[in-house]
Amino acid sequence: MNFGVIVFPGSNCDHDCIHVISDVLGEQATPVWHKETSLSGLDAVILPGGFSYGDYLRTGAIARFSPVMKAIQQFAKEGGMVIGICNGFQILLEAGLLPGAMLRNRSLSFICRDVCVKVENAATPFTGCCESGQVLKIPIAHAEGNYYTDPVTLAALQANAQIVFRYCTPEGRVTPESNPNGSLDNIAGIRNAEGNVLGMMPHPERSAEDALGNDDGRLIFLSMLDALKKAKLKAVGA
Amino acid sequence: MKAKIHVTLKSGILDPQGKAIEHALETLGFKHAGNVRMGKYLELDVNEQDKAKAEVEVKAMCEKLLANTIIEEYRFELTA
Repeated sequence: MNFGVIVFPGSNCDHDCIHVISDVLGEQATPVWHKETSLSGLDAVILPGGFSYGDYLRTGAIARFSPVMKAIQQFAKEGGMVIGICNGFQILLEAGLLPGAMLRNRSLSFICRDVCVKVENAATPFTGCCESGQVLKIPIAHAEGNYYTDPVTLAALQANAQIVFRYCTPEGRVTPESNPNGSLDNIAGIRNAEGNVLGMMPHPERSAEDALGNDDGRLIFLSMLDALKKAKLKAVGA
Repeated sequence: MKAKIHVTLKSGILDPQGKAIEHALETLGFKHAGNVRMGKYLELDVNEQDKAKAEVEVKAMCEKLLANTIIEEYRFELTA
């Protein structure tokens, strides 16, 4: 499978994602410069973490108008699999591909540490290799991860099982204390209503191999690969 | 024309920076300061003489890019 990794000016987790896709998964990873206008030949798209455009104005606010974003909107509309990690999540929010917005962390601090997240929905292309309720340890590294949306949208996210990850204790209890940034309803990751676009603040690419002492994040990439393979088999069968 | 634009978090939305500033003011002994809200201030030239048209254009800039209306509100004034 061919995973496109979008590179914005200021992206800094693009190489980590490329490394995981090519060296850990053994699949093809293609860097895609933000000026590209076509995503042809790609099976999935990754918007990596970083500080696109220096986070000027708001995180993701400028990057969402990069030429490649039109192609990503179209790719997503056609059902293509899109994952945004950290700054990638922030860009997807600004682009309206996912609902809501990010506020500064409650503590005002940039937080860089391992957190635990609970898989609230294991029936997504991004979590198919996880168990429902499984606790994953994945690092976060952000200053703006305090997810906010209006009450009506939050109710819809809850009702449609669009909340995919929530911050929790190592035992899997979703508590105020386990919420690192003040995020609404302990939200760490959400998907769109159609289910093919996911945004998450934790960095699975930083915890995807034994050499790093933690490979929980690999499950996200394995799930994506698995879903892509199944979709391809289905297409061939049809 | 010159546009002077203020962007602030909507009321009711937690403003951690405003809170931190409020605490600092309290610590400094400013007992009468409260409800601090921090925002952004932007200035830009609009190459348009018609005030009504300039207003429409600046509003569009705010809606599309300068403010995220999910969490922020904006106001602006136009001067010659």
